Amino acid sequence: MTVAAITRSRAFPLALGLGSLLVAVLVVEALIRVGVINRFIVPLPSQIVMAFERVIVEEDIADRFRLTFFEALTAGAMITVVGVLLGLLLFRINILRQATETWVAAMASAPTVLMYPLFLVIFGRSAWTIIMMGFVAGLPPVILKTIEGLSATRRVLIDVGKSFKLTGPQLFIKVLFPAALPTIFVGVRLGLIFTLINVVGVEFLINFGGLGQLINDLAERYDLPGTYAAICFVILVSVCFFVFTEWIERWLRPVD
Amino acid sequence: MAEAGRLNLPAAPTIRAEPVTVVRVGIIILILVLWEAIAQSGLLYRDVVPSLLAIGTALVKLLSTSDYYWHLSVTASEVGTGLAVGGLSGLLVGLVLGGNRMLSKSFEPYLYYLGPTPKIIFFPVMIMWFGVGPGSKVAMGAISCFFPIALSTAAGMRQIDRVLIRVGQSFRANAWQMATKIYLPAMRHPIINGVRLGLGVAIIGTLLAETKLSNRGVGFLIIQAYSLFDMPRMYAMLIVLFVVAIGANALVGRLGGLSTIRQR
Repeated sequence: MTVAAITRSRAFPLALGLGSLLVAVLVVEALIRVGVINRFIVPLPSQIVMAFERVIVEEDIADRFRLTFFEALTAGAMITVVGVLLGLLLFRINILRQATETWVAAMASAPTVLMYPLFLVIFGRSAWTIIMMGFVAGLPPVILKTIEGLSATRRVLIDVGKSFKLTGPQLFIKVLFPAALPTIFVGVRLGLIFTLINVVGVEFLINFGGLGQLINDLAERYDLPGTYAAICFVILVSVCFFVFTEWIERWLRPVD
Repeated sequence: MAEAGRLNLPAAPTIRAEPVTVVRVGIIILILVLWEAIAQSGLLYRDVVPSLLAIGTALVKLLSTSDYYWHLSVTASEVGTGLAVGGLSGLLVGLVLGGNRMLSKSFEPYLYYLGPTPKIIFFPVMIMWFGVGPGSKVAMGAISCFFPIALSTAAGMRQIDRVLIRVGQSFRANAWQMATKIYLPAMRHPIINGVRLGLGVAIIGTLLAETKLSNRGVGFLIIQAYSLFDMPRMYAMLIVLFVVAIGANALVGRLGGLSTIRQR
């Protein structure tokens, strides 16, 4: 096999990416061992790998994962129900849509997570503060994408529904909602990503809950390998979540 | 004739508000009335929902103290430095990945999947690396804005019209000339979009870091107001912060000529 054939192969980019990552890790390990990088600031990558087992076993990661998952799921269910209903409301009442759509878009780009001290006062240092922060952060994309999806429903489908004399709710359930579902799910997916980011972030900030709190706890104990391992774990969880929701989105996307 | 001789006076100008504006004003008034009613009713704990007058007074007081502007300038400089560091490195990485298909396939998935992870979890690491001072906040801002700018630049690079690149090559432009005369002008729209996204997340990253561990900046003031249970002040600061963040976002778009690009 020639070099050109190898570089053209499908597995090469993956191997190059993973190989480079491995080399970088080994270089960091070597630099720490020879003393170029201070091991009290950056722990040895091998120590981080070893810390994984300790973090999983001793820090009760299953329970923490369950709690974070529960908070994200509750907020996710809330953004889906409220977001779709509000999107439907704005779709049906055009003047309300024209008046508020830019506000919803502005809310999507606003730094709502900074309201967490306010939510702390209202809901106390509890899971509800985290859930509500996730809800507020994840709601705008669901509303916007619901409006977009419902507005993009092909006229012919609506006319077919009307020719069958479907009532308003029937037209929504049988025609509008199924046609808009792929776009709505794009919004739900974006909303879920924002929700997860905020849930873990607020857990870390208020030192309460699951995985976010774990990082804070380990950092406060100056358990550097544990902190790095926990960060890697959270990254892994969010990447898995991201890949899973992306897969569902692709599955729902209509075939052209 | 009678018709022709009739004096056609221009219709008196009537001020008629757009229905959408009326609805908007109505919604704002409704929210304010509801807010005041809740504040006066005492349904919630005292001061959790302060009266509009108290928030207005706090807002005026906040904006008339020089101390606030000093904290605002600290945050602005941290966000600005973070955006410069993260933005320039993101631009560089985006140019490299966008210009090379192999590198893009190898490394872009890492950026793509790391992009939506909650960046605040890196704060303990940033404290270790850069200390508890402004350095760690700048680093948080830089990490936050790096991903959207790098991904947006890489995507923009791939969308450049091949004709433009061939024109540059036919003029024997060197790498620097290609970058400044062809690539960057052609990628203006995605880069501005990336900077807008990056600015938003840099503000969030920096301010969250300030709320967690700092003795200066707007984030510190917000968490201080929370600790002192000075709710009107907290609301006032959040209002100013939202206006500044949304305004800065709009300003970047306007300075970058995003509206003119869209109109074409």
